Amino acid sequence: MTNSHYDIIIVGGGHNGLTCAAYLAKAGRKVLVLERNGQVGGAAVTREFADGFRVSSCAQWLYQFNPSIRAELKLDQYGYELAAENLSTIALAADGNHLTLSSSGLGGTTVSEPDKKAYELFMKQMLKFSGLLAKASERRVPKLLEANWRDRFTLFKLGLGMKLLGKEDMQGLLRIALINIYDVLQENFDNDLVKAALSLDATLGTHTGPRSPNTVFSFLHRRLGEVFGFNGVSVVKGGMSTLSQALASAATANGVEIRTAVPVSRINSTADEVTGVTLASGEIVEAPTVVSNADPKTTFKNLLGFPKLETGVVRRVSNIRMQGNVAKLHLALDSLPQFDGLNENQSGQRLLIVSTMDGMERAFNSAKYGEYSQQPVMDISIPTLHDKTLAPEGKHVLSALVQYAPYKLKQNWDSVKENYTQLLVERLAEFAPGIENQILNCELLTPVDLEREFHLAGGHWHHGEISLDQIMMTRPFPGATQYAMPLTGLYLCGAGAHPGGGVMGLAGKNSAQEILRNNRSKSNHAGKKESVA
Amino acid sequence: MKPHDETMMLQTPFHSRVAKACELNQWDEWKGYTTPTAYAEVEQEYFAIRNSTGVFDLSPMTKYRISGADAELYLNRVMTRDVSKLNPGRVGYTIWCNDAGQVMDDGTLFNFGENDYRLCSYTRVMDWLQWSAMGFDVEIIDETADVAALAVQGPTSCAVLKMMGFEGIEQLKPFGITHFPFEDAKVMISRTGFTGDLGYELWVEPAKAESLWDRLFEAGNNLGIRAIGGDALEMVRIEAGFLQAGVDFVPAEETERIGRSRSPFELGLSWLVNFDKGVFNGRQALLKEKREGSRYGFVFLDVEGNKPAEDSFILKGGKEIGTVTSSAWCPTAKSNIAFAQVESKYANTGENLIAEIYYQRELKWTRILTKCRVIESPVFSSPKRRQTPAPDF
Repeated sequence: MTNSHYDIIIVGGGHNGLTCAAYLAKAGRKVLVLERNGQVGGAAVTREFADGFRVSSCAQWLYQFNPSIRAELKLDQYGYELAAENLSTIALAADGNHLTLSSSGLGGTTVSEPDKKAYELFMKQMLKFSGLLAKASERRVPKLLEANWRDRFTLFKLGLGMKLLGKEDMQGLLRIALINIYDVLQENFDNDLVKAALSLDATLGTHTGPRSPNTVFSFLHRRLGEVFGFNGVSVVKGGMSTLSQALASAATANGVEIRTAVPVSRINSTADEVTGVTLASGEIVEAPTVVSNADPKTTFKNLLGFPKLETGVVRRVSNIRMQGNVAKLHLALDSLPQFDGLNENQSGQRLLIVSTMDGMERAFNSAKYGEYSQQPVMDISIPTLHDKTLAPEGKHVLSALVQYAPYKLKQNWDSVKENYTQLLVERLAEFAPGIENQILNCELLTPVDLEREFHLAGGHWHHGEISLDQIMMTRPFPGATQYAMPLTGLYLCGAGAHPGGGVMGLAGKNSAQEILRNNRSKSNHAGKKESVA
Repeated sequence: MKPHDETMMLQTPFHSRVAKACELNQWDEWKGYTTPTAYAEVEQEYFAIRNSTGVFDLSPMTKYRISGADAELYLNRVMTRDVSKLNPGRVGYTIWCNDAGQVMDDGTLFNFGENDYRLCSYTRVMDWLQWSAMGFDVEIIDETADVAALAVQGPTSCAVLKMMGFEGIEQLKPFGITHFPFEDAKVMISRTGFTGDLGYELWVEPAKAESLWDRLFEAGNNLGIRAIGGDALEMVRIEAGFLQAGVDFVPAEETERIGRSRSPFELGLSWLVNFDKGVFNGRQALLKEKREGSRYGFVFLDVEGNKPAEDSFILKGGKEIGTVTSSAWCPTAKSNIAFAQVESKYANTGENLIAEIYYQRELKWTRILTKCRVIESPVFSSPKRRQTPAPDF
C-alpha cells in the first residue's frame, strides 16, 4: 500500500489516457497514469522494428487529431510537429493509370469529367454530414432516457443541425445513413478504382465489406478529420510517439505522474464503487476515481472481472463486436521502392492498393469465414520520404495497413505468418517491381500480435466496431454512456467510448470533462454518486 | 428432454398414474407438460390438502443443477438473498432480478453441500443462468426431465410417509433435506411446499416414479390421501399467501411493455434482498429504489362478502389505485382474500380501500363496490408447518 493519495488513476497511457490525464491535472486533480508498456502512447507509438529502422507501429497516419486539444494542451510547445500534412491519396492502378484523390479534387487520366464533378459534390455533402457528427463528437453524447437539460440541449442542437442541412441534404442523410457504401458509390461514380478507393475508407479497420450496413457511417466517421482541418492524412515527425510524448509532457507539466512498464492487474472495487488498482507487482494504489484507457472488454472482463458486475452488463460487454481485420506490415528497405508511374513526391503520399468493390467484398467474405484474403487491400505509407530520422541514410521504411486479415483465423496466425508476408510482398511487387530485392528486414503484426502488443482485445484498434449499434449513446454498450461506467468512480476514456477510435483525442478530453462535471470539488468526492447511470 | 416426436406435450414420469386418476380428464399446460387442473372435485381436493393429504405432481417444475467451485459465489451474484447463509442440507425460498432490479422469477434453492445446488423455478432461465455464469467456474444442467417430484402436503402427510417406511421423517425440520433408500434407488425428501401447512416434496429418478406413486397411495389409503390438481393448489397457495410467477408478477425478462415488471420491494419481498453481501444482479437499481421509493406496494386484502375480487380494480376515493392479481374465497380461513398491487402510498396495513368486483349469476353480471382492508399477513398459517417432530395429525 502506498501512502501517496491520488484523486484519479488512469489505467493505460494511450493517447486518450494521456489527454484525459492532462485535462484533469489542468483542473487541479492529482492524477497517476499507469502504462503497461515501456513507453506511453498505446497504439500511437514509434518503435524500432529492425536495426536502425523505426516506424509508427500501429496507427501510421494522423488525420483526425482534434485541434482544440493541440491548442489547449499547447502541444506545439511540447514537441508536436508534423513532417508532412495534407497528403493526397493515390489509388494504384495495375496499368499505371493511377488516381489521385485529394481535397482539390479527383485526378487521373482515366477519370471522366462527370466522375470529377460527382467527386466534388459527393465529398462536399459528406463533409456536411461529418460536420454534424463532429458536433456530436466534441461533447458527451446525450442519454436515451433520463435526459437532463444539457442532454436535451445537445439533442436539440443535433436536430437543429440536421434541419439546417436543408431539405435535400437532410433527406440525403436520412436515406444513406443506414445503408452501405457500395450502393452509395455505385449511384455516384462510374470509375471502379474511385469506388474501390473510397470504399476502403468506409471499411478499413472494421469487420465489414463495402456491402455491409454501417459502412456509410464509418466513412463519415473517418472524414471527421476534414471537419477538424485535416485536408488529407499527415505524418508525425519522428512517428506517432512524438504526439504521445507531447501529450505526456503536457500532462507531466500539469502535474500528472506517469509510470511506464507498470501493468495493472486489477481495478479494485467494492460492491458499489471503485477503490483503486492492484499492480502486477502486488502493489495497491488507491483512488476514488479510476479511468480506464483500456478497451471495454479488457476493462470489464480482465481488470474488474465479470463476477464484480451484474449479468446484464456482462452480457452487453461480451456482445461488443470487436474483431480486428487489419494486419500491419513493416518493411526495412535499402532504397526507395519504385512504384510504376509514381515520382518520389507521389510515393510519399498515401498509397492504396485496392482492387474493385466486388473484389473487396470477396476479400471480406474470406475474412468472415476465418481466412485471410488472397487479394489483400493495402494502405501504404513511406514515412522516410518525409522524415529521414526513421531510417539510416538512404534507406527507407514502408509501413502498410493490410486488410482483410481476420483476428479469428482458422489456422494459428503464427503458422501462416511467413506465407502471408510473402503474399503481401508479392502484391506490393505488382506495383513496385523489384521491391522484394530491396527488403533488408520485415515485420508483420497480425491482429493477434496487435492484441498482444497494444492490449487491444480482438486486435481491434477502435476498441470496438464503429457501427450504428455501437456509437453515440450505445457506445461502448447501452447503459454505460457518458464515460461513467456502472460502478461509481469508474470511467472509460479510450476509443471504446464516444466518439470512438482513431487518433482523435476526443474520448479522452470528453471523459475528463465528464469526470470534472461529476466531481467538481477536488477533496469532496460525495458528488460522484451522481455519476451512476 | 424427450423429443416431441409424437405429441406436442410432454408427459411427466407419473403420467400413467395421474391420467388414470384424473376422472375429469381436465388438463392444462405447464412449461410444455400436461398437468391436471382437477382430478374429480376441486373442493374435495382442497379439503384433502387442509384436512388429510393431497398429492401434487410437480415434475414439470423447472429444475437446474448448479455445481462447481464457484457455485456459491455464482448464486450469490444471481440471487438477491445471501446464499452463503443457506447451509448444506437446507432449502431456501429465493428470487432473482435483472439489472433493473425487477424480479425475473422466484423459486427454491436446495443446497446439497460442497457447492452443489438445485434451483427450482417457474420460468426456463438457462440463457440467463449461462450469461450470468461468464467469469465463474460453474456447471449448469437442466435436470427438469431427470427428476420426478411429488408434493405430499397436509396434516397427515408425515404419517403417510412414516407408513411408507421412511423412519424418522418426523425429525426433519422445515426446509430440511433428507434421503432414504427406495427400492434399489434413493428418494430425496425435503420438508417444503406451497400450501402453508405441514408438507413434503419427494424427489426420485423417473424410473422409480410409478412405484413411488403406488406405494404412496397404498400407504395413505387410510389417511385420506388424494391426488390434487392445479385448481386446488391455487386455492391453498392464495390462502397461505404465496406469490405465483406469471400471475402475481410478470417475470421481468418476459415483459414486453415498459413498466410492467416489479421489484422485490414492490412484491413485498424486501426480506429477500441483502445489500450486505456485495454485488448481485439488480443491486444498483434496488439501492436507488430504496433511496427514492417504490412505485407500487404488494398487499393482502381482506375483502368483505364472499365474492372473490377477481381481476378487480382497487379504488381509493373513487380513483383507481391498483389491481388484484390473485383472489379466492378461502374455506379454511373463512375469508375472502385478494393479492393486489396498489400505489405504494396505499400499501399500509389497515388502509381501507374499495374493490370493484364484477360477478355473474345465471348470465346476469353484477358490479359491486366492496370494502376491503389491507392486512398484515396471509390468512392461513398452520402451526404444524413449523412443528418438529412433525405431528401425525
